Amino acid sequence: MSDKRLTFKKRLHILKHHYRDKKMAPAFNAFHTFLFSPDETTHSGSHVRGADDLKRAMNTVIMALIPVLLFSMFNAGYQHYSAISGFPSEFSLLQHFLTWDNFWIGIIKVLPLVAVSYGVGLLVEFIFAVIKGHEVEEGYLVTGMLVPLIVPIDTPLWMLAVAVVFGVVIGKEVFGGTGMNILNPALTIRAFLFFAYPTWMSGDKVWVHEAVERAGTADAISGETILGYLAQNNADEFTYSVSDMFFGFIPGSVGETSAFLILLGGLFLVFSKIASWRIMLSAVIGSLVMGLIFNVIVDAGIIAETSKFYGLMSFDYWKHLIVGGLAFGIVYMATDPVTGSQTNRGKWIYGFLIGFISVMIRVFNPAYPEGVFLAILLMNVFAPTIDHYVLKGNIKKRLKRLKSATILPKDSDSKTEELKAETV
Amino acid sequence: MALLTKKDASLILDPLADNNPITIQVLGICSALAITAELKASVVMAISVLFVLGIGNVVISVLRNVIPSKIRIIVQLIVVATLVIIVDQVLKAFAYELSKTLSVFVGLIITNCIIMGRFEAFALGNGPWKSFLDGIGNALGYGVILIIVGFFRELLGSGTLFGFPVLGDPISKTGLYSTGYENNGFMIIPPAALIVVGIIIWVQRSRNKALIEDN
Repeated sequence: MSDKRLTFKKRLHILKHHYRDKKMAPAFNAFHTFLFSPDETTHSGSHVRGADDLKRAMNTVIMALIPVLLFSMFNAGYQHYSAISGFPSEFSLLQHFLTWDNFWIGIIKVLPLVAVSYGVGLLVEFIFAVIKGHEVEEGYLVTGMLVPLIVPIDTPLWMLAVAVVFGVVIGKEVFGGTGMNILNPALTIRAFLFFAYPTWMSGDKVWVHEAVERAGTADAISGETILGYLAQNNADEFTYSVSDMFFGFIPGSVGETSAFLILLGGLFLVFSKIASWRIMLSAVIGSLVMGLIFNVIVDAGIIAETSKFYGLMSFDYWKHLIVGGLAFGIVYMATDPVTGSQTNRGKWIYGFLIGFISVMIRVFNPAYPEGVFLAILLMNVFAPTIDHYVLKGNIKKRLKRLKSATILPKDSDSKTEELKAETV
Repeated sequence: MALLTKKDASLILDPLADNNPITIQVLGICSALAITAELKASVVMAISVLFVLGIGNVVISVLRNVIPSKIRIIVQLIVVATLVIIVDQVLKAFAYELSKTLSVFVGLIITNCIIMGRFEAFALGNGPWKSFLDGIGNALGYGVILIIVGFFRELLGSGTLFGFPVLGDPISKTGLYSTGYENNGFMIIPPAALIVVGIIIWVQRSRNKALIEDN
């Protein structure tokens, strides 16, 4: 390579050294490392590094989210037009779902949410990086993609912007940035939106585009979610089949509807070893157990049909996984490596309780039949405690083993030494 | 200030900023969370605490040499309780609606950690004049935070200040509401006060690095 014709990569490297001590260096470096590996070499310690650094891990999650995003863009249009002219009697994927009209609604409604989420979130990250003088952290890459997928489609963009600022600053930066946060930032943003602007985040008019505007007019078809119907004991009123629920042709938050694509994304994350299968599996088990308990209560006739919990309690236990945000939360939120449990046994407990509590909140909070985000936030708070006791339990167990090993055979010292070496 | 020596002035001014009872000593948080959803309630609470702490500090300071130390907490409680009941009765007589809003929290001034804290830490060991200044200073420091928190919570949560709609009418969509703005319901609930106080602490400590504790 001659000196005159430098590659783009080389130019960036040179620029980087030129601006090394300038104030804006972190901002520049963020773009630089996003495109290329930095040209720095290690000076001490290990010299071999894996290529799967934080940025690559984040990109893998985003790849797993792309199908969900594309599906949600089609579904936005599908729900919108179905609410106007009724659901097609004979559904055909190509004719009714994968159409340009549907996708256009997705482009004008979903893409702005993505753009605002990334724009505002990264701006906050850049400001903090420049003030603190550290590198821009990658943490927002995934959060920025998760946020538009877990809000209702008609969420005003300014609300999303306010919530993103709150979530990134209070949920993450005050704790010291990426990797130090206690709560999942995406869920902090969701929780903020829910408590700050409840009329936009719950009820039966927010899940389908322009449902608010249509309310009261002749073609007002309720845009209620399945969980919403159930919470009102109106299980007979919705016409969605199980395959609708599984493939995701139902109203709901932008990206939460398709359990099928979420399942594929989850498998992708498990096989690329980015997300923990222990958390996913135990969360599924947890929600099934809680659902089964409710089903048993209903079958035993303990709860009357007039009870306000009847609709959700009698819902088949396994269907909880394919409606609402449970699947999305389990695959993409609960498995967040920063806020989840770190120990293997801790992950089982943590995941199980997420599933268990999610379904419990769903059933017992009829005003808001979606408890996944609250359950995950709650368990985020408890994750360090779980880890602490798992570690302590392990230490205790090993100490006990050590003790029994040392007092056993007094005659042969060599054997004791061996046992000691094994246990320590 | 001609009236006050430098040392006396610092008794009043220190608690306003660098030794603030809420943000530095972290006392009196409970009432700061409970009653700051409206600015009016915050102001009344601040004045009530100003009254109780100012007079109470003087009373305890005057009595400090005759109170047996074994029963000093009981004596302090009696003094605070008396003053709080006076405040409560005055509010009931002249501002009944407000006293209903504040409900138990006026009575709970008795348990406000700032008051017992100042009795114990200052009034028991200093003369009446200094104790008076200390009481006023700490009550003002408490009140300032209460009013700042109340200001933001009422403005963002209800769009009003002292009950006056300053951002327009949210129902008929006038003023700022015509642009699609909406009140932030999160600001009404007590956890929001915790976050606002947290932000005040954050701002204060990043402006004055000496306040940051090592750990």
